[in-house]
Amino acid sequence: MAEKTFKVTSESGIHARPATTLVNQAGQFSSDITLDYNGKSVNLKSIMGVMSLGIQQGSSIVIKAEGSDADEAIAALENVMKKEGLGE
Amino acid sequence: MSEKISGIAASAGIAIAKAFVLQNPELTIERKSISDSASEIERFEAALKVSKEELSVIKEKANKELGEDKAAIFAAHLLVLSDPELVDAVKQKIESEKVNAEAAMDDVSSMFINMFESMDNEYMKERAADIRDVSKRVLAHLLNVTFTTPASITEEVVILAEDLTPSDTAQLNRNFVKGFATDIGGRTSHSAIMSRSMEIPAVVGTKTITENVENGVMVIIDGLDGHVIVNPTEDEVATYEEKQKQYQKQKAEWAKLVNEKTFSSDSVQVELAANIGTPADVKGVLENGAEGVGLYRTEFLYMGRDQLPTEEEQFKAYSEVLQKMEGKPVVIRTLDIGGDKELPYLNLPKELNPFLGFRAIRLCLEEQEIFRTQLRALLRASQYGNLKIMFPMIATLGEFRAAKGILLEEKEKLVSEGIEVSESIEVGIMVEIPSTAVMADTFAKEVDFFSIGTNDLIQYTMAADRMNEQVSYLYQPYNPAILRLVKMVIDAAHKEGKWAGMCGEMAGDPIAIPILLGLGLDEFSMSATSVLPARSQILGLSKEKISAHMDEILQMETMEDVVKFAEENF
Repeated sequence: MAEKTFKVTSESGIHARPATTLVNQAGQFSSDITLDYNGKSVNLKSIMGVMSLGIQQGSSIVIKAEGSDADEAIAALENVMKKEGLGE
Repeated sequence: MSEKISGIAASAGIAIAKAFVLQNPELTIERKSISDSASEIERFEAALKVSKEELSVIKEKANKELGEDKAAIFAAHLLVLSDPELVDAVKQKIESEKVNAEAAMDDVSSMFINMFESMDNEYMKERAADIRDVSKRVLAHLLNVTFTTPASITEEVVILAEDLTPSDTAQLNRNFVKGFATDIGGRTSHSAIMSRSMEIPAVVGTKTITENVENGVMVIIDGLDGHVIVNPTEDEVATYEEKQKQYQKQKAEWAKLVNEKTFSSDSVQVELAANIGTPADVKGVLENGAEGVGLYRTEFLYMGRDQLPTEEEQFKAYSEVLQKMEGKPVVIRTLDIGGDKELPYLNLPKELNPFLGFRAIRLCLEEQEIFRTQLRALLRASQYGNLKIMFPMIATLGEFRAAKGILLEEKEKLVSEGIEVSESIEVGIMVEIPSTAVMADTFAKEVDFFSIGTNDLIQYTMAADRMNEQVSYLYQPYNPAILRLVKMVIDAAHKEGKWAGMCGEMAGDPIAIPILLGLGLDEFSMSATSVLPARSQILGLSKEKISAHMDEILQMETMEDVVKFAEENF
């Protein structure tokens, strides 16, 4: 299992557009990937799950991956977070 | 062969584009027990696949024509259709509950829609509409019905529809929708008012446009003269392109008056304001040189959704408008729901005579929580600009006193909570019920201003439903009966040192403007696009000269006499 914690820096939190990119990226991997925020955990391959969290700027999120390509998944998602200016 | 269909010119301009016939399919979901769940799941997957293919095409098109930014929404829609939380849940339901795919899809998507709608955040609530759109597409495929929504439009079109509801117009993409024509409606119906605030050409009340035109056929909408040309010849297209050019030229002339104040030729100043429905309309207000907002219809905040807007959402909308208007007067009308504007989630009983029933201030004084929430939002927003609060459908002084009493109570509460509230908020009323016009001298002692709502004042004075085309001949703004009422209101206001405005369609009507100026109206509030033509017209009018004819006009026998006199003399 691999996991990484991010601090959300983008002004509008994680809204539809960046969420779409994240979910699309997560969908490329066979591992189970979850996103934890504010005591809730959702499937990162579910756009509605991610959107329903309403993640705000300044909050902290944890992305976890479990499966054969867990490490690659985390690395790729970290890349999206940075490239989209979502967090660090 | 081209065909010309006539209707009512609702919004000026010419649009030439392909027709998009908007039909709202009836999606009736029948819950059925099934035995072969494997084949039902297959049916579901097939519907998903077709829906995804359609959305991919739409997305590619939007990408090419509008850029990635606008296409992003379709990428999100596509992801909803691949969402394991949705897809797996539907499949599971089909298997474990042995129900048909339609019922399973409807159950699961409704669950998500409700979840998003119950969130305390406007942005998230809008996402519920996205899920609804996508689900409808899948359900339509499962049920084998053709599916069109204004949101699915991705090329330049003119929309043809029986009528456009507020939620339809809310979904219209201004980049694609060049104009529209409807079967029903008049100059003051919702769709007509919206077309003017969106500044797209429109013709309403054509009776037959949706029967006569098929999707994809070339159509010209002439919103200047109220015609729709179906299948135009090359010559006709050229003629209308020229007409459009002339119209643009005239608009350019008007545009020179954008930053001017409004004076008559004998230097009497009046205020020209605009009517709006949403904060997004403010852009048009400023671009068209309006000196204020004379009517902000707050009911749009309440429409096209499943529950009441929160105080916070309302505060945001009101303060945004006040801020953007930069200190110019903004008259915000409290909730005017009922009549032709329903809110399904309030579960109000159906009435035989909704226009004479439980609506507007009558409802607000009864359902006080709704009213108080709105008043708090307004009071909090008051420090961001020049706010004036207006109560609709006031019939008695008692109603005004009750409404103002509640306003003062909420104000005191806020002040005691340490929240800043402007000390200079004017509180006025709409004059749209004849009893109030007749009693205007009494009201004038207590209100800060009047705004005459002519659409309703005319329908109540003439006892003619303005939605009923068979009695539309009774919609007579220039009937001396109406003019006398208007005069009573203006005179009553002036006697007490108050101001009188008008926020009905009549205020922007070129025939009515000279008469209203002559009667002494202080503020004219109209569709934003009418402001510059009105300013240009008033520049050429002498108030003194018109006033000299007023007694004569008020003594005339019929509306026709008034119109004839106005056209010949002003």
